[in-house]
Formats: sequence, C-alpha cells, structure tokens
Amino acid sequence: MSTETVNTDIKMRELMVREALNEALCEELARDERVFIMGEGIAQRGGSYKVTVGLLDKFGPKRIIDTPISEASFTGMCVGAAITGMRPVVEILFIDFTSLIIDQIVNQAAKYRFMSGGKGRVPMVLRTQGGSGNGLAAQHSQSLEAWYYHTPGLKVVMPSTSYDAKGLLKSAIRDEDPVVFIEHKLLYMDKGPVPDTDYTIELGAGDIKRPGNDITLVAWSGMVKRTLAAAEELSAQGIDAEVIDPRSLVPLDKEMILSSVRKTEHLIIIQEAIRRGGVASDIASIVQEEAFDYLDAPIKILAGKNTPIPFNVNLEKACVPRQEDIMRAVKEILNT
Amino acid sequence: MKAYSREFLEQLYRTLYTIRVFETECIKLYRQGLIIGYFHPYLGEEAVATGACAALREDDYIVSTHRGHGHCIARGGQLNKMVAEVLGRETGYCKGRGGSMHIADIATGNIGANGIVGGGLPIGVGVAMGVHVRGSDQVTIIFFSDGACNNGVFAESLNLAAIWNLPVVFMLENNQYAVSSPVEEMSRVPDLYKRGEGYGVEAHQVDGNDVLAVYEKTCEAVDTCRLGKGPVLLEAKTYRHSGHHVNDPGTYMPKERLEYYRARDPIKIARNNLIEHARCTDQDIEAIEQHINQQMEKAIEFGKNSAQPSVEAFLEEIETN
Repeated sequence: MSTETVNTDIKMRELMVREALNEALCEELARDERVFIMGEGIAQRGGSYKVTVGLLDKFGPKRIIDTPISEASFTGMCVGAAITGMRPVVEILFIDFTSLIIDQIVNQAAKYRFMSGGKGRVPMVLRTQGGSGNGLAAQHSQSLEAWYYHTPGLKVVMPSTSYDAKGLLKSAIRDEDPVVFIEHKLLYMDKGPVPDTDYTIELGAGDIKRPGNDITLVAWSGMVKRTLAAAEELSAQGIDAEVIDPRSLVPLDKEMILSSVRKTEHLIIIQEAIRRGGVASDIASIVQEEAFDYLDAPIKILAGKNTPIPFNVNLEKACVPRQEDIMRAVKEILNT
Repeated sequence: MKAYSREFLEQLYRTLYTIRVFETECIKLYRQGLIIGYFHPYLGEEAVATGACAALREDDYIVSTHRGHGHCIARGGQLNKMVAEVLGRETGYCKGRGGSMHIADIATGNIGANGIVGGGLPIGVGVAMGVHVRGSDQVTIIFFSDGACNNGVFAESLNLAAIWNLPVVFMLENNQYAVSSPVEEMSRVPDLYKRGEGYGVEAHQVDGNDVLAVYEKTCEAVDTCRLGKGPVLLEAKTYRHSGHHVNDPGTYMPKERLEYYRARDPIKIARNNLIEHARCTDQDIEAIEQHINQQMEKAIEFGKNSAQPSVEAFLEEIETN
C-alpha cells in the first residue's frame, strides 16, 4: 500500500529491488548527461549486488567508472565534480567502508553549501548498503544511518521496497544537496510492483505501509518487512496496527508519525541499528515533546543489541529485532 | 630570462604585493582582536599562487588550502569580500559562515579553501573528472602542502588522476613544515616531487620564491594537461616567514634558514625583475604599492562597516535543515 496515486492505466511489473535501482540509474543517466557513476567493480562486473549491471554497455566507460580501492579519494572526487555542476553517484559497497570516506562526506560534502554562504551546492548521491542477516560478520553488517542522520547538511534515505527504491533514488539524483542512500543487503532480491513509467518520490514523504487504529509501528529499511509480517499476524488476533515507513530519515516526515500517534495513542519504533545514540531514540524524543498528551503508554523502542554483529547465524539473529519481538512488544504496550 | 612585457611583470608584482599587504594588514586586525579563530598567513609563499594562477585561463579551476588567502587573491578574488569574510561579516564571500579557512569564490573557479589538510586533493581530482566527462579542456590546479603529502588521499589522488590522465596540476607548496614538523623529519625523501615517478606522473621541482620560475613551469604543466597528457606534479620549494598561524611564534624554525629565505623574499625577487627587465623605477613601484595599500585600506573600511550576519535570519535559514 502506498500513498502515491498510481494511474491504473500504467503497467505494473514485479521487479526486484536491485532491478528497480538499476532502472532508476539507467533512466537518470539517459535523462541527464551530467550524471555519472563511480565505484569498485560497478562497471565491468556490474556491482557486487548487480545494481549497476548493463550500465557500462549503455553509457560507456566515461560515465560508468570502475575505481581502485581508494574510497576516500573517489568519494572526494564526486564532491569536486558535483560542486562544478556534475551529478555523480558514488557506490560504497558496504556502509561499514564509509568509515574510510567520512571526512569527504561529513567535512566536505555536507558542509560546502553552508561554508560557502549558500553559493556552492553538492548534488551528489552516496549509494551504500548496510544491515545484517547473511553471515558477513562485524565489518560488513552494520547499520550506521545514525552517523549521517547526525550530520547537518546530509539527506538520509532508506528504501524498503522496489517501488520506493526506484522513486527515491531518482529524487536523490535530482536533489541539489548530498544524499546518503542506504540500501539493505537482504532486500535486493525482494520483488515488488513497479510502474512502467517515470515517477519520483519526494524525499521527506513517509508512507503508510499498513493503515491501522490500535498502535503505530515506525520502521524503515530491513525492519519494514518484519514489522508488516508482525502486523498481519496481530491482525488475526484482533490488533489493528498502523505501519509507517518514513523512507527518508532526513528529512523526516514528522507529521505523518505524529498524526498516526494522535490517532492510535501508542508507538513502537523498530530499528536494526543499535539503540544507543540512534535514530529511534530521536524520533521518540520528538513524539514525546510534540504529542505527549496523546500517548496512552510509554513509547517503546526495539533496536539492535549493543554489540558488533557476530558471525554465527544464531548469534547474529539474536542481535536484531525479530518478528516475535515486535509482536510481544505490541501486546505488552497494549496490555493484551 | 625570457622576455616579458612590463605590463605582465607589473601584474605579477601587483598580485604578489596584494597578498603581502592583505596578510600583513589582517595580522594587525587579528592582534586588535577583530579577527578571531585560526588565520594562516601565506607570507613568504606568495610567488607560488601568483605564478601558478597566472598560467591559467579564466574558465580553469583552483582548489585551495587552509593557507588560502594567496590563492584566492591570485585567482582574482576581491579584497572587500575577503576582508569582510575574515571579519565574519554578511558581505563576505561566505556571508560570515565560512571564515578564513573556507573562503570559496566559485565565480572565479576557486573551489575554495579547506580546513582539512589534504581534504582538497580528491575534490580537485573530481573537478577534473567532471571536465573529463563533459569533454572540456579546462585545467585544475590543486594547491596542497608537504604536510598533505603524508596523508593517504595524496597517494590515492595522484594515482586516480594518473590512471584517467586527468588535467590536474598538483601544486605542492613545500613550505617545509607540516604545522611545526620539518619535512626532513616527516619523510625520508624531502624532495617530494620524486613521489610522482612511482605513479607514472611527470614531476618537477621549481624555486617557489621565484614567481617567473613558478609561472614558466606551471605554463608547461598546464599545456601538458590541456593536451590530455596530465596530470603533472610540481613541487615549489618555499618557506613560511612566520609560524603556522598568527599565534604560533614559529620558534622551531631555525634562524639561519629563515634568514636565507627572507633574503630570497619573493617580493624582492619580483621587484628586481621590474627594475632590471622592465625599466621600472623605485617611484613606479611605489606608485603600484601605494595604490594597493589604498585598496586594502578601503577593503578594511568596507569590512569594518559591514553588518554582522543577523542571528534571526540565520536561525530561520537553518530551521528546515
């Protein structure tokens, strides 16, 4: 379910998230010759998760560029190219590796517009991928959106479906400011309907993935699917949960969350990232400040455990909120 | 020496002297408490920016450093806006949001100064990548220092520019100190241009206090880049006349070496060029200097009389961040 109105004449196709992302890149490359892509193994190999497959053949080596393992500098290159009018998209294979580019993103890209008194802009997209779930262990499984959420000057987008992935990526490329676009490694093969047409999704517009009246569940990226599954099962037990996916964390669709909470009077926020200093805590603080009188129960946060992600599959699973954790928390909050 | 027109030699001198006056006068403002924060003077290094920027076309680019006032002036920056910016005023280049370390003048192709040592290197290579993708022949000069050479992005950036033959002149201003650490202690090979060879990058060393030497080498490097045979690494050997920033007395700088470089002051060298090769008299030169002194006085007046940024407007501006 989506808040966007989709013309019924338009043909819908079932696309994997990675195919939807590929279409977005393809369309934007064709639409705007200032767009180019850099990253490790993205051209000839088509990317580790196959998001950039076929782009080299269509757009050539000048615009689809394989780089050495020099993350800090090829990310910085995108900053420089963006300042001078290009629209680069850089891929960093794992969000864990963005520790290598943090100066260029946090000190350069995020601040240039501000430091130049608004005269310079950095219209670049950092595409990266995070999350746990397939045994990639501590340095390839992190959920680090809070690092970028915390930095003024960046937008942070985290799609959960094929439809959202395509529309949001197109908007990110067209945006005048740097966007950190975080994909989830477990979602690339998920299929979903995507219209056969040019559409964009506004950054900062959340989506009610499931309407409901009893409790508001806010989740993004990999947690949306799990939260929706929990909501479906709860529905069979007579609990009507509303599931909100903010889709972009910066800007955040605060109003959508607040108006849902005013209706349901209960809120649980589910994030894969560890709790300490996380986005969920910030959303909770916003809601308690702005809708305290509507709340019937304390806001609950379900978050990743405070640990590096372990390799062992059972230990790994124990580190992030599971469907049963969500269901248990809902019942606890609703006292049912 | 090659034959140069009097007009050209005067132009170089004007730029050098303007940088000298800007830095000298701003240090006074700093001592008076009117400029706060970090202020890194370019005193003693003026010939590098002046010679290098003189070799560029109007549509070319430069990327600067935390010691960036000289680059901005040499690229045609306006004193009014520079003074206003270092005073933190609304009329400054960055409306007082940037300050000394972040002056950018996109209109003159100056992508800007940078508070991070080495931070501008990849940005400059990316400017050149944009040029490459657009199929244009603009050249980018990246100014950086001996200190930045020991940051990882130097190695990465040199290699990236090399594998794609990008039109970049890496202008290494070897002022022989990374903040306070002498270059010969921080790297085993203090002739840093030699690092180019390992990356397959054409590299040369040049006297960074001789504006014409810098100009000539940069012209060659720029030509090489325009022909699609870049990048080129140039090491301009020079020396600061003072510490790292205004409040650093530079006690670690050996007296004899400082004296040696002060005797080879880039302003003196350029002045001699005017007298020996352009038949300028002392009075001619004084007239040039007088004019610049007046411009600087006016710029300081402009800066001092400019409004502080409005806090209310600022808070409104960041409301939607």
